[in-house]
Amino acid sequence: MRTKRGCFRLFATLPISFVLALGARAQESRNDEPVESILASVPDRARAKLNPLEKDSDAAAGGKKLFERHCTECHGETGAGSRRGPSLRATVVQRARAGELFWIITNGVVRKGMPPWAKLPEQQRWQIVTYLRADGR
Amino acid sequence: MVKPGMTSSVLSIRAWCGFAVFLCFLAPGARAQESPYIITYDHHLEEPGNLEVEYFSTFGTQRASNDFHAYWLELEYGATAWWTTEFYLDGQTTFADSTLFTGLRWENRFRPLRAEHWINPVIYVEYENISEADKIIKEVEGHDVESDLGDANAALRQGHNHELEFKLILSKDFKGWNFAINPLATKNLLPDIPWEFGYAMGISRPVALKASPRRCVFCPENFIAGVEMYGGLGDTQSFGLHETSQYLAPAIAWNLPSGWTIRVSPGFGLNDNSHRLLLRWGLSREFSGFGEIVRSLFQAHS
Repeated sequence: MRTKRGCFRLFATLPISFVLALGARAQESRNDEPVESILASVPDRARAKLNPLEKDSDAAAGGKKLFERHCTECHGETGAGSRRGPSLRATVVQRARAGELFWIITNGVVRKGMPPWAKLPEQQRWQIVTYLRADGR
Repeated sequence: MVKPGMTSSVLSIRAWCGFAVFLCFLAPGARAQESPYIITYDHHLEEPGNLEVEYFSTFGTQRASNDFHAYWLELEYGATAWWTTEFYLDGQTTFADSTLFTGLRWENRFRPLRAEHWINPVIYVEYENISEADKIIKEVEGHDVESDLGDANAALRQGHNHELEFKLILSKDFKGWNFAINPLATKNLLPDIPWEFGYAMGISRPVALKASPRRCVFCPENFIAGVEMYGGLGDTQSFGLHETSQYLAPAIAWNLPSGWTIRVSPGFGLNDNSHRLLLRWGLSREFSGFGEIVRSLFQAHS
């Protein structure tokens, strides 16, 4: 009898939690904020940061590997964008400063559904920036 | 085929394990960078729309009784970039005794601050519906001690706990290191049972901070090592370390390029109230776009 009650609670709880969670995800997946305004929100101090790996010949290759591992889910295999994330090949992104890209990778754009990627070590985030900028040249 | 004597709780565990295996073929894998912590939480939440399926085991020694193997299945979903929800199913096998399904947990973590800060808080709220035979020891609270789990399963399973658990997760990343501390408070929903307190804290770092240019399974950046410490802090009637159990546990995570993560953590009891050894290991895999797959099932086709 007790097991039956436990099973009922289990099957009642799971759909409720998932409906709530999926609803929240649907609300957040709007992709209507221009990239320019996101770049404009980067603090000046962060914008001025220079890429310490800019002249490191291996950095872009490592960054490509990291990009494929962590970023393609939303930004697409080639960075051309998808329903979940904007194109990183757009001119506005390619012209962005290294410090701006680094800040956005670090802090994410939570209101648009991009999580902060501070869990990657700083050097790996700079490697991704190096790859993004090298790829656009 | 149902064998005679097989309990419905065991069948339930098997059904959920089957569901987890099924998921492995349903959604494309994602490659996450998982921390080695098994008990401590850092401030990094699940990526939105992704589902992580995790299996963890704990082998525990038990003085004056039988050792045990406790396990849990964890479904972790990134509802938004600031909200992660998780569902747990717990079970255990006590050697020379029996196997039990011991309950379920529903956990939610909310990140109130959007950008990275000097210290990053996350609010954690969990509801637990577990029997007293639950031995996963996912958190240590109040005056939890080794002898609490010494009785036979038939006796332990008679007691049920409905609990709310609250944690304040404080975490910081600095020069490749992660520092995290989680004070916790638990309230059994039965009246007259006091609030219980505990903590977990951890420190971890990838073996290499820079990614190598080649694709590799054994690259040092795929390994993250750390150490956790956790224990009880008494309750509202007797706060402190007296009659509590405390553990120290080195931990390592191996993030495979295929998307799987393997974690191993031997935990050692630091006083006579603690289990001498809690050997934990786990296997997890993240699936990207799970939320969109589920939503598409319910969308009308034009």
